[in-house]
Amino acid sequence: MSQSSDPEAVPVYPAVNYLNADRGVWSWFSTLDHKRIGLMYLITALFFFLVGGIFAMAIRLELLTPGPTIMGANTYNRMFTLHGVVMIFLFMIPAIPGVFGNFLLPLMLGAKDVAFPRLNLLSLYLYWTGALLAVGAMVMGGTDTGWTFYAPYSTSTPTTVFPALLGVFILGFSSILTGLNFIVTIHTLRAPGLGWMRLQLFIWAIYATSIIQVLATPVIGLTVLLVGIERVGGFGLFDPTKGGDPVLFQHMFWFYSHPAVYIMVLPSMGVISDAIAAVARKNVFGYKMIAYSSLGIAFVGFFAWGHHMFVSGQSPFDNGAFAAISMLVGVFTAIKVFNWVGTLYRGAVRVSAPLVYICGFLFFIVFGGMTGIAVATVSLDVHWHDTYFVVAHFHFIMVGAVIMGFLTALHYWFPKMFGRMYHEGWAMVAASFIVLGFMATFIPQFLAGNAGMPRRYYMYPERFEALNVASTAGSSLLAFGFVIIAIYLIYALRHGAIAGDNPWDSGGIEWMTSSPPPKENFHTTPIIVRDPHSYQGHGEEVEHVVI
Amino acid sequence: MNDLMRRLLWLPVQASTLATRIDYLHYFVITVTMISSIATGLLAFILLFKYRERRRAQSTPLVMPSVKFEIVVIGVPLFFFFLWFVQGYKDYIWYTTPPKDAMDVYVMGKKWMWKFAYGGQGPNAIGTLHVPQGRPVRLLMTSRDVIHSFYVPDFRIKQDVLPGRYTETWFEATQPGRYQILCAEYCGTWHSQMWGEVVVMPAAEFDQWLLEQRRGLSERVDTSTDDGASFHGSIVEYGKKIAMAEGCVKCHSLDGQPHIGPTWLDLYLRRETLENGETVLADEGYLTDSMIDPRGKIVKGYKPVMPTYKGRLAAPEAAALVEFIKSLRSPSLENVPSKEAIYEPVKRP
Repeated sequence: MSQSSDPEAVPVYPAVNYLNADRGVWSWFSTLDHKRIGLMYLITALFFFLVGGIFAMAIRLELLTPGPTIMGANTYNRMFTLHGVVMIFLFMIPAIPGVFGNFLLPLMLGAKDVAFPRLNLLSLYLYWTGALLAVGAMVMGGTDTGWTFYAPYSTSTPTTVFPALLGVFILGFSSILTGLNFIVTIHTLRAPGLGWMRLQLFIWAIYATSIIQVLATPVIGLTVLLVGIERVGGFGLFDPTKGGDPVLFQHMFWFYSHPAVYIMVLPSMGVISDAIAAVARKNVFGYKMIAYSSLGIAFVGFFAWGHHMFVSGQSPFDNGAFAAISMLVGVFTAIKVFNWVGTLYRGAVRVSAPLVYICGFLFFIVFGGMTGIAVATVSLDVHWHDTYFVVAHFHFIMVGAVIMGFLTALHYWFPKMFGRMYHEGWAMVAASFIVLGFMATFIPQFLAGNAGMPRRYYMYPERFEALNVASTAGSSLLAFGFVIIAIYLIYALRHGAIAGDNPWDSGGIEWMTSSPPPKENFHTTPIIVRDPHSYQGHGEEVEHVVI
Repeated sequence: MNDLMRRLLWLPVQASTLATRIDYLHYFVITVTMISSIATGLLAFILLFKYRERRRAQSTPLVMPSVKFEIVVIGVPLFFFFLWFVQGYKDYIWYTTPPKDAMDVYVMGKKWMWKFAYGGQGPNAIGTLHVPQGRPVRLLMTSRDVIHSFYVPDFRIKQDVLPGRYTETWFEATQPGRYQILCAEYCGTWHSQMWGEVVVMPAAEFDQWLLEQRRGLSERVDTSTDDGASFHGSIVEYGKKIAMAEGCVKCHSLDGQPHIGPTWLDLYLRRETLENGETVLADEGYLTDSMIDPRGKIVKGYKPVMPTYKGRLAAPEAAALVEFIKSLRSPSLENVPSKEAIYEPVKRP
């Protein structure tokens, strides 16, 4: 039960592990092993991240000049629809739960697998089916509604919408089943000695996420189905010319899509909580506050959807109520930030690629979170609503927080997944490109929003040109960072140095088995006798500090 | 200070009473946001430098927050957030309560233009909204098709415009000038070109303008513009003025670029192919017909989105427009796309 391997020992690569225990392509496609399923999620999610990223670059190139640049107006409208749908439904929502949740949850619980391995495989197949349908339909049919599918535009546009909606509907089931599986696993498969207050914070975050997935996703399924029914059957649900109500759609859409922000960001917060403890070799400062604030965000997140609709004609009373509730989400996030920074205090911080991403994350979550509070301030939102300020705000959360979390996870758990280490120097270079490129891309967009540039604009007045050029320049830095990552990670898969079982000397339970782990995770069921986030020396007098 | 902050944040001019009212809260919120995020990043950086790993597998003390610390970290953000909420909500209630003496203008959004109608005897306008300085104006808005959003950055106002119901917003302009109207809710192909303009005139000039507008179309001589210059030019110049005032050039470019409607450059005597495959010669008759019954003969590739100008253009005005179109000939045979933006803000010559 030593928490760190002997520094002098030569790291060994386990001869038999989950990667080579079974052979052949079919052994992958029919696998019930959560680690292999996680890996297949990783490959798919990265593929869609690449696709969504290419769409993003096309958008940025188009916006380089005020007039038409490289594409026509209709192509542009399809491009931002594809970018939004692919990034949100195909990358961001499944990314951390699907990849790292699947891979790590049983390992962190000391379990052999998730509670329902077959259901887990079904989730993956549903993800593939929904993804193929959604992307195929959008590319073939030229869906141009934006990822928000606002009615009555979505019920009246001549482009194909229904198959894309069906894709989103199927993806929803994948999400629900994964959430259900995780909740049951956390309740039933904890190793002996692993009480709730010993769970790693990543587990707490996944737990809160799963609750949202199970409760909120059915609503988006229902909503997109209703849009489909209106388009195909001609029933007047949202279209006022048929007797429907267009604002009803927005209520239903945001009832899911606001909590969906937390489906994306909570797992990322969980990654940061776990990784910051390991990188700083410190117990997580305010463990309980972080754990409970995840549940707090999950709960309050369900009652804040109306802040997306301040200028939709919603009553001033409702606007006030939704604004006040939104402030609470901000407080829960603030609590986490204080505790993450506090974790560094009196730690033993190892400078590494995950640390760079963590620092970037801390800055971005505060700026992105507080600009969220700013747009939830009703009077200010009137000017900012549907402008690039909002675009920049949610990219600070979606890219600044979620993708920084994803990259932290990818770098922190890469040796766990593959048993090899990437090149640390290149990782730091890439991380710097990403953090700086990200700021250069999105800070000008805040200013463009202030200046009054609405979102989803194919052409724009010339006074916004300088800011758009700056943003496009920044986005190329960002893209370059991702190219470097792709190169050194792919190289490390085969040629990276052998990492050893626990290269970070982490206390996490997932590091108590070999890296990469054997097919059954642990040769003997671990018995948890100490807090996985604690780094006090054993046998020594434990120093307690209260600040 | 106000002007410095406004420029640093790239905010547009403050041309309404609302703008001057809410911008201070904006400065406050953004300043605190920037300070907090930079402080967080800096603090993390200092801590990781001060407490970096000295030897491998170093053990660390167990650090726990005290109750006092917890109260502070919850209390301080909560205090700021609710302070902003209270001030923001107060301003918002002010903004959503139009003064009783406000002048009403009816606004209709449709793909992809704004139409305005003044209460009483009119007039109507497309694309350009004339309003008096220093008097509140209430807009009653609805949409013909999908959701649009009426947005004037210089006034800091924005309100979604919904089909099947009315929404309202109001403003009181503080400086004469021209302010762009944008559509902020995605509404299809030319969402990004659904622009209009608010022309703010000194109150007395506005009253005069309104009176002249109401005197009837036949008497309408273009002395109404805010620059006060009355029209003395050629018939082509007159046509150009009408094209600007009626918003024709929002959809019809003058430089050969296809836009929402066909370009006017070299349009005269061009042979156009129609939707049904027939061709038509764009002569004086066709051009006039198209103003009065725009849906009759739609050029292939364009959508029937042009509103009728029947009853809105007097015969001399239609003739002047035709003369203006006739004057638009490209110097060479080639139509080289212009480097300038398709949309030109409505400038009087």
